[in-house]
Amino acid sequence: MKITSPEELAQNAAALKSRPRKPIKLLVSMGTCGIAAGTAAVLKAIHQEIAERNLENAIEVSEVGCMGLCHAEPVIMLADEATGEKLIYGDVTPEQVPAILAAGTSSIAPGTRTLERNWYYPEFETAKPGEPQARIVLRNTGRLNPENIEEYLADDGYAALAKAVTQMTPQQVIDLITASGLRGRGGGGFPTGRKWQFAADQKSEEKFIICNADEGDPGAFMDRAVLEGDPHTVLEAMAIGGYAIGAHTGVIYIRAEYPLAVRRLEIAIRQAEELGLLGRNIFDSGFDFRIEIKYGAGAFVCGEETALIHSIEGKRGEPTVKPPFPAVEGLWKKPTVVNNVETYACVGAIVRKGAEWFRSLGTAGSPGTKVFALAGKVAKVGLVEVPMGTTLRDIVFGIGGGIKNGRAFKAVQTGGPSGGCITPANLDLPIDYEALKSIGSMMGSGGMIVMDEDDCMVNIAKFFLEFTLDESCGKCTPCRIGNRRMYEMLNEITEGRASLDVIDRLKTLSATIKDTALCGLGQTSPNPVLSTLANFEDEYLAHVKDSRCPAGVCAKLIRYEISDRCVGCGLCLHRCPVNCISGERKMRHRIDQSRCIKCGVCFQTCKFHAVEKH
Amino acid sequence: MCCNCRNASGTVARPPEEQQKFDELERYIGTLQVGDNPDRRRGSLIQILHRAQHLFGYLSEEVQSFVAARLNISRAEVYGVISFYSYFIDQPIGRYKINVCTGTACFVKGAPKVLDEFKRRLEIREGESTPDGKFFLGALRCVGACSLAPVVMVNEKVYGNVTAEKVADILQDCAD
Repeated sequence: MKITSPEELAQNAAALKSRPRKPIKLLVSMGTCGIAAGTAAVLKAIHQEIAERNLENAIEVSEVGCMGLCHAEPVIMLADEATGEKLIYGDVTPEQVPAILAAGTSSIAPGTRTLERNWYYPEFETAKPGEPQARIVLRNTGRLNPENIEEYLADDGYAALAKAVTQMTPQQVIDLITASGLRGRGGGGFPTGRKWQFAADQKSEEKFIICNADEGDPGAFMDRAVLEGDPHTVLEAMAIGGYAIGAHTGVIYIRAEYPLAVRRLEIAIRQAEELGLLGRNIFDSGFDFRIEIKYGAGAFVCGEETALIHSIEGKRGEPTVKPPFPAVEGLWKKPTVVNNVETYACVGAIVRKGAEWFRSLGTAGSPGTKVFALAGKVAKVGLVEVPMGTTLRDIVFGIGGGIKNGRAFKAVQTGGPSGGCITPANLDLPIDYEALKSIGSMMGSGGMIVMDEDDCMVNIAKFFLEFTLDESCGKCTPCRIGNRRMYEMLNEITEGRASLDVIDRLKTLSATIKDTALCGLGQTSPNPVLSTLANFEDEYLAHVKDSRCPAGVCAKLIRYEISDRCVGCGLCLHRCPVNCISGERKMRHRIDQSRCIKCGVCFQTCKFHAVEKH
Repeated sequence: MCCNCRNASGTVARPPEEQQKFDELERYIGTLQVGDNPDRRRGSLIQILHRAQHLFGYLSEEVQSFVAARLNISRAEVYGVISFYSYFIDQPIGRYKINVCTGTACFVKGAPKVLDEFKRRLEIREGESTPDGKFFLGALRCVGACSLAPVVMVNEKVYGNVTAEKVADILQDCAD
């Protein structure tokens, strides 16, 4: 069956919506982290219980993507189709399943953990007090079965594409996106409408639209969640973009490390093609559009658009100097638009609801919402989507539930290896592109790593530089050699071998790399160093001047000693991997410092807190 | 020619099992829509290498030459691509591919200690395989399961909240 007109699409949606439904819908979170946390066993138990108790007609099970409640995986949600009542269970075990199904939606099963929903869907709901999150990008993720196009179609899926290709001219689509103020969510924040306009203005028989799904930023996983949980939204938006700029081919460039996302995309493309929503003459408008998938092969620099294009061409993913920009000369030297997954996930909503609506969320300079992957030392790790302008305090302490184990908050790192740290002083800053830039960080793709007092900021800067070293493609000297020298300096600092002028040398070299590196990866690589230097210079000085690591992380600068609290139980002696602890039973033990490898096992195992870290 | 391992037609005689894999790769390349444009034909290089690595486990010189010949590009170009991307390997590796995630979230939650423990127990460095060919130890950047940090992947299986103490259990799980 092919759907050939907007009317047919609407009729189809209405028919799907009015289909008789089972009283309870049960959503099971089957994203990568859900599966890793054991959702598959829970799902099996659910199917078993349904079969045993003949609940086939009472409960409909739907496998969905990530609900964003990663800290409580495995997560399941029960929705009462009649009342709209929803119940979310976290940390579900297969043993709890019978009780949960028996309780249904009318009561809470004993001995379980329930979670509150603290988000709303601005497209069709208004916010209630206490709902800090607004879901546009994640509107279907964790709600619809990504492998079943009917669920997407019943929810106005492909209506935006139908509207664009049958009721709007390409220029009107571009004007709408420009008016909405949508900016690139991959990190740079370039206005999407302007990018599209550049490509549309080029005269060329062939153009390309690319989806950058090479989510390489360590600690960011929102693109994976969207692709795994809602692939059709991305496909639909790419087709809209293709129509706007005059491209008939879309390419999704995705990491090979995301096999589940690849599989769901393949299924989604096939389903859309079968219904004629992709392919030739979409909605009988004369517009043709097809999408192919290309795999990355593990190179962070391929997130940079020129490098990404080279990779699609089957070459080494090395960046080239811009201009020419891809919008003028991109894939196969044809005009090309490269947008990231999250950017595309906003497009359909803007076409459906209009630019004004989109602008009603977020700040004047950065309209809409932003998804953050909240991870690290925060109590509730997860995927959150908030209107731009939300403060860090609301995210980390509100949605994230504060710091784990009652430790003190130290900083949040945003923007990955290109970003910087936000300190307690800036907790109340409304977050948008400009605000983050003004305090020396950047939006980046939205990874947010929370750090507590046990994290050494010099070590964190070293970690990011090590990452850059690994990932530098080696084409330009400032990045290839400059970062190596920076890394060596940081290594000296963490090992207590640095001289006092090291801080000035770090600053000078950082400035040089920023000015002279070829692409975004190199130009931003000194940011973690500069940002930690600006905010935590005292920590650097403690390492350099006093040979002391205040957080007690840098192994070369710490020593373990056994105090007189030692009762001589011998536990540490047994556990020590290098046998450097000696002592008679019931006598105070001692550590041979010359052989100690500072692994900290004695410190962790001692039940009497007799091992002290200095 | 140093030995007589080539037959009359000049192609290398391979064990049947190997030959089957090459045949399958050949078929796969045939299914790709490679047009006449020689530039664009090489656009499928990375895709083909993915398939080849899936089939053979690693990209040997023989496989590299085969792919180069099929795409009509030099072997140097093929090797240039392989050496650029961390996903591609040109040496056989251990049957159990242990990858410790060293992304930011895992890093702050103690991944370095986990990696050290694997190194200590297996007596190999990062990027190496054990002499008996059982284990390979590597580090990768972020599998996107940050909520379970630190994460270790053994082949396709994900272990979450790993500590140095759990390393022995993970190795134990890898029974032949």
